[in-house]
Amino acid sequence: MTEVTGTTWTVYDANAMTQAEIYGHVLCELGAQYPEIVGLTADLAKSTKIGIFGDKFPDRFFNVGIAEQNLFGVAAGMAKAGFLPFVSTMAAFASMRACEQVRTDICYQNLNCKIIATHGGISFGTAGSTHNGQEDVAIMRSFPNMTVIVPADGIETANAVRACVKHPGPVYIRVGRGFEPTYYKDENYGFQIGKAHQIADGTDLTIICCGVTVLQAAEAARVLKEEDGLSIRVLNMHTIKPLDTEAVMKAVVDTRRIITLEDHNIIGGLGTAVADVIAASGKGCAFEKVGIPDEFSLVGYPEDLYNHYKLDANGIIDKVRAVMGRDFEADEDWEDEV
Amino acid sequence: MPITDQEIRELEEKAWQLRHDIIDVTVYAGGAHIGGGLSMADLLTILYFRHLKVDPSNPEWEDRDRLIVSKGHGGVGIAPVLACKGYFEFETLKTFNQFKSPFGMHLDCRKVRGVDASTGSLGHGLSMSVGLALGARTLKKSWMTYCILGDGECNEGSVWEAAMAASHFKITNLVTIVDRNKLMIDGRTEQIMGLEPFADKWRAFGFIVREVNGHDFRELDQAIEASKQEKNAPSVIIAHTVKGKGVDYMENNVKWHYGSMDSVLADKAKASVDRMYGKA
Repeated sequence: MTEVTGTTWTVYDANAMTQAEIYGHVLCELGAQYPEIVGLTADLAKSTKIGIFGDKFPDRFFNVGIAEQNLFGVAAGMAKAGFLPFVSTMAAFASMRACEQVRTDICYQNLNCKIIATHGGISFGTAGSTHNGQEDVAIMRSFPNMTVIVPADGIETANAVRACVKHPGPVYIRVGRGFEPTYYKDENYGFQIGKAHQIADGTDLTIICCGVTVLQAAEAARVLKEEDGLSIRVLNMHTIKPLDTEAVMKAVVDTRRIITLEDHNIIGGLGTAVADVIAASGKGCAFEKVGIPDEFSLVGYPEDLYNHYKLDANGIIDKVRAVMGRDFEADEDWEDEV
Repeated sequence: MPITDQEIRELEEKAWQLRHDIIDVTVYAGGAHIGGGLSMADLLTILYFRHLKVDPSNPEWEDRDRLIVSKGHGGVGIAPVLACKGYFEFETLKTFNQFKSPFGMHLDCRKVRGVDASTGSLGHGLSMSVGLALGARTLKKSWMTYCILGDGECNEGSVWEAAMAASHFKITNLVTIVDRNKLMIDGRTEQIMGLEPFADKWRAFGFIVREVNGHDFRELDQAIEASKQEKNAPSVIIAHTVKGKGVDYMENNVKWHYGSMDSVLADKAKASVDRMYGKA
């Protein structure tokens, strides 16, 4: 059993709970600790698991029905009244249906609202593109004042939800829908908003990843070491904004080959954020963004989709081998510059 | 206590001054939403000088009443009333719209003292007001929330999402006032996107509706007082107003949704306002 072992609360079995369920339980514990926390949803108390909080704190829980624009407007008002709202709906609706309320009511006014969006990426793959949230990171990270976090698994979700309470201003935490095995074994690995967690060191290539791809990248790195003798660094870049640019630049200099992985459109998400840093640095490196190509996803169960889009370990191994064979412009003076 | 004749005279004096100030600010700004600023000038006057419990020396006072002007383009009306109330010097409004000024067309609550919410994009204010009112109730606080909506704004679906929620949650510590000036940018509300039967729409959403002349302080005061006392359902006041009220060449003229004035036009506007108040 892999446990979420917060200092003040019950142990959760992260191998038997989804990220959303762990979020619901952690929010409950935080609710007992912080009377200013209120929960809001738009008819997705059960799906997003914020209902676990609602069951325990019915007086501090507001279900506004299927009306996401109003959801975020009401949350903004409650933040103005002095509460700390946690707002949950699906990533697609938080980022698109209520896009302007999130941007103008919450980010422009820099309100202390925490958005925990579930069903991110193609984790609800059978539902199809109406319910996929494959653009949310791109949208959310373009809003000033917003912090964007994509936790690797249930354990990191617990860490992120805890950490965001003390992190001022709007925070967007994006989790998946269903059950996914965890990468982390416990919470004590020094999670810090804005700081990448290096889960494997290496010198040949760096995989920068987030969310559900972290576990797959770790597995790919292990196989590539055994089969190809490759030394792969893996960075869990759970915070997309503010991005840990220092870790990105260290990867450029140390390994000069970078692959980004994300369950998101390859436009505008983690890969784009990393590419911006590399481009601005003036350093050349072999670079590949892996995500959902710029198309509406196929329908299917997530494991089949992740396989199709090369976001599982086998796909990542193929991508790494391809990038290892790619040339980049050498610059012998690099050592002097860094 | 019913409003007295003397109190009405004092409010009229404030409203006369506010209309002059709105004209001046429009000149400073190089252009403004003056038509809608003038239509809600009396609403702002009665709220700030009779109903809102606020402390301009302590704008963040926790127990103050809140006002969200959802028709955020009315900044040209809000900024001078806040100056008159003492939140800042009227002189500072001379920077309106200028580079790095705290004052722009749509007021930013993080830059302008006394503004409770940054609005401008229409259809946002009522949801935030519902959130504030729910917050006050959850905190067991007695402060009130007021929300001014534009009538054209009520084309936005989000207004009705908020109305549904206000009714569902039985929000009675919120007074919503619609500035029903019957004009929007492209023409008459009934011609562009009909709102009528407007009062029935609000009633169907569970509101107690009061329709008043939005330029009559006695009617406004009675409606606001009655709305504050309402304990069973949310209240809306449909304030029938005239866009551009007080400036003869602007009244009911769709061209004056937004406009600029030189000193000649401004003087004519002030002369017209003075005539309305019998000061000419």
